[in-house]
Amino acid sequence: MQSISPKNAISIRGLTKTYANGFQALKGIDLDVKENDFFALLGPNGAGKSTIIGIISTLVRASSGAIQVFGQDVATHVYETKLSLGIVPQEINFSQFEKVGDIVITQAGYYGLRGDLAKQRAEKYLRKLDLWEKRDNRSRMLSGGMKRRLMIARALVHEPRLLILDEPTAGVDIELRRSMWEFLQELNRNGTTIILTTHYLEEAESLCRNIAIINQGQIVENTSMRKLLDKLARQTLVFDTCDELESAPTFNDPDILCTTIDSHSFEISLSTSRDINGIYAALSEQGILIRGMRNKTNRLEELFLSSLKN
Amino acid sequence: MPGNSMLTNHKYIAFETILIKEIRRFTRIWLQTLVPPAITIGLYFLIFGNLIGGRIGQMGGFDYVDFIVPGLIMMAVIQNAYANVSSSFFSNKFQRCIEEILVSPVPNYIILLGFVAGGMARGVAVGLIVTAMSFFFTSLHIEHVFLTLLVVLLTSMVFSLAGFINALYANTFDDISIIPTFVLTPLIYLGGVFYSIELLPTFGQWISALNPVLYMVNTFRYGILGTSDVNILWALFMLGVFSAGLFGVALYLLRKGTGLRQ
Ligand SMILES: Nc1ncnc2c1ncn2[C@@H]1O[C@H](COP(=O)(O)OP(=O)(O)OP(=O)(O)O)[C@@H](O)[C@H]1O
Ligand SMILES: [Mg+2]
Repeated sequence: MQSISPKNAISIRGLTKTYANGFQALKGIDLDVKENDFFALLGPNGAGKSTIIGIISTLVRASSGAIQVFGQDVATHVYETKLSLGIVPQEINFSQFEKVGDIVITQAGYYGLRGDLAKQRAEKYLRKLDLWEKRDNRSRMLSGGMKRRLMIARALVHEPRLLILDEPTAGVDIELRRSMWEFLQELNRNGTTIILTTHYLEEAESLCRNIAIINQGQIVENTSMRKLLDKLARQTLVFDTCDELESAPTFNDPDILCTTIDSHSFEISLSTSRDINGIYAALSEQGILIRGMRNKTNRLEELFLSSLKN
Repeated sequence: MPGNSMLTNHKYIAFETILIKEIRRFTRIWLQTLVPPAITIGLYFLIFGNLIGGRIGQMGGFDYVDFIVPGLIMMAVIQNAYANVSSSFFSNKFQRCIEEILVSPVPNYIILLGFVAGGMARGVAVGLIVTAMSFFFTSLHIEHVFLTLLVVLLTSMVFSLAGFINALYANTFDDISIIPTFVLTPLIYLGGVFYSIELLPTFGQWISALNPVLYMVNTFRYGILGTSDVNILWALFMLGVFSAGLFGVALYLLRKGTGLRQ
């Protein structure tokens, strides 16, 4: 076991969970997230992400293992650790009958804030999440994306130092997702440690500095985003041509593999360490005019899949 | 920075927050929470008190209508205190919004006190409505005001606690209607609301002595009429014992996470 550094926002050691039906969802998780980090927890459906978050937030009881939040054990320092924690769950979990404003103000009350202070905080975060106009609506009248934002506002009302979001952008449209990203980045710049789980790999790639990949209750990768991306050896590029292809383009470089897709497109796979100028030169030589080019798959996606395989 | 436990002031704010939320809930759905007891109990007043009561004559030394009014008020208090906590807490579980409190630093006993106070508020509110209605049927004056209030508060506390425990164990909405139907209603109807236990054979009186509702109804009746089938101090003591016992059980279950934490 490593020793636990006080600079960690969260430290998890030897965490296991066997549910009442006998299913072992976590098989010994060790994980550290540094203070001020923006951390991604990635993994396929059923990997155990929500179980970890459930245990951190005390909604799920661990079978064994220890968790520290800012250096304090969640089992013994219940009050302080909960005060520094904000949770945005995966599933909607507010009352469908309450008003949006009341939900946030009530949450403030659970953290010992009331009256004008609770109202100010609620207003601040409802405005930031673009829900202020909806404050008098019953929560069930919100759209799916608004409901997610309401859960973020609710989690922030006591201004926690660590914010954990379980798939915050599921079902949120692209424009809103971008503005949510900006909001989270601003929060992170102002000192809030953020951990999120997501299935949108692009999201992890553009937001997070460090990443852990979990599969079947075990951490299979735990590194910085930079290193992870560097590990990816090859990329695949798809080219669309202006004219019909008479024959597949040829390259006299064994590293470059080319396959035609149809009469107007082909794909090329090559090492990420190489530049692609040479490819254009070779294509021009063969009289092939390129109309467009794109990356075949999300690089992180490939990496993700290759991490899961081994 | 506060120590490892919530500041007393913060605990009070959390308690108040839960209580306000509970009151907001039952006043928002007043058609389901405040009107039905007024209608049912009003019908009891009319039928048993005025129509049939005249033929029954005296019960326990009073006109029948005067005898059953305190019992019926108590019945309303019991049913509504229980129903408030069992349905509110279960619906919090069902909608998962109980997680809002469970992830926060609010200690278990404050959660329990908050919901129980909410149930007591509904019990007292319904008690007041029904008492006000009773003035249309008879003119009672209250003999012992303090005792009457104390009994209403203790009774609504006992049944709020019972409703809370029911909701902790409940997995479906059926589970919170089974206990009221099969346990609560028989206890109330056999608890001396409609008759004095002097009417029962000795064996029946012994059995009745095990029914907590009997103590509540009789102490309440004593508070209003000045007469009772049971010893008042003993009854108050029993109420205290029931409250403490149920409080302990509910707190133990909360600590264990029964029905709440996986
Ligand atoms: N209450 C429960 N009882 C039994 N098994 C459970 C329970 N909750 C979760 N599981 C199982 O534990 C495993 C991990 O679930 P978890 O919700 O943590 O996955 P996840 O990584 O969050 O998945 P997703 O990306 O789909 O949200 C799954 O196989 C799930 O079926
Ligand atoms: Mg999940």
